[in-house]
Amino acid sequence: MTSYFDRTEFLRGVRHGLPFLLVVGPFALLFGVVATEAGLPVVQTLAFSVVVIAGAAQFTALQLMAENAPTVVVIASALTVNLRMAMYSASLTPHFGALPFWRRAFVAYGLVDQSYALAIIEFEKRSEMSLGQKFSYFLGSITPVFPAWYAATLVGALVGQAIPPSFALDFAVPITFLAMIGPMLRTKAHVLAAVVSVITALIFAFLPWNLGLMVAAAAGMITGAEVERQTEKARDSK
Amino acid sequence: MNEATTWIIIICMGIGSFGLRYVFLGIIGNRQMPEWVLRHLRYTAVAVLPGLVAPLVIWPSATGGQPDPARMAAAAATLVTGYVTKNILWAILVGALTLFGGLQTL
Repeated sequence: MTSYFDRTEFLRGVRHGLPFLLVVGPFALLFGVVATEAGLPVVQTLAFSVVVIAGAAQFTALQLMAENAPTVVVIASALTVNLRMAMYSASLTPHFGALPFWRRAFVAYGLVDQSYALAIIEFEKRSEMSLGQKFSYFLGSITPVFPAWYAATLVGALVGQAIPPSFALDFAVPITFLAMIGPMLRTKAHVLAAVVSVITALIFAFLPWNLGLMVAAAAGMITGAEVERQTEKARDSK
Repeated sequence: MNEATTWIIIICMGIGSFGLRYVFLGIIGNRQMPEWVLRHLRYTAVAVLPGLVAPLVIWPSATGGQPDPARMAAAAATLVTGYVTKNILWAILVGALTLFGGLQTL
């Protein structure tokens, strides 16, 4: 039987995952608070974090639910935010493709921004790692993060129930989004994608069912991809 | 929004999010994705979140859709802090302080 557990790699993963507690904890806490302030029961707030495990998508759903957007629009918008997970999945497939079915399913569940970033950096740096070592490292990297994500959501939900409404928390979600956008603006392509998204969303804000957001998302993605293509072409022709 | 609808949203988002994470790992395997698809996927988050947040900043629901200087200042402070520090938590903190400061004074 092939062993999929390598203690050394598991512990290395745990060590590398630990610093993310500083980001994930407060973020989940905030989600718990904002979700209960928006009227979600504690059970549903926790279910969100356990089932979806994607902060940006969860906040997106919360905002659109508060705006009473149609259910389909809520789900579609939140999943669009999560499309990058498909990119992570594609990128890790050469490393994990040979795992048995349920282990691949487990990796898929544990695939978040942090675990992806750690895994891809480590696997590219140490190309000699075996399949079992890679799986152990991945398992280790999410071991501190996931329980913290659930627990902080629960604490946030309980705290949120105690905070009186009308604490200007209406703006907590926009601030959280803006805080996430800043670090994403790494290249000219990212900046222009964001700018086009903003302008398009404001122009098409009159559309029903938040369809303006869908238009803005498409326009932003096309802009980013096109700017990246042009930039690469300009660099290659030099 | 009633409780049953919320459950539907949670469950569909769970299935959808898992599907997105599983699609290549589990089903497509080692086949290569077309470059143009990957190129678009790279910009999904940065194309969705600004579009989502822009109307909320310009026409906040709490003021009945009237532009509000305190909220605009908080939005600008958050974005700039996030961009400069690359740190989400610092950005949230600066944004929240700007908002409460602004609501007190403006």
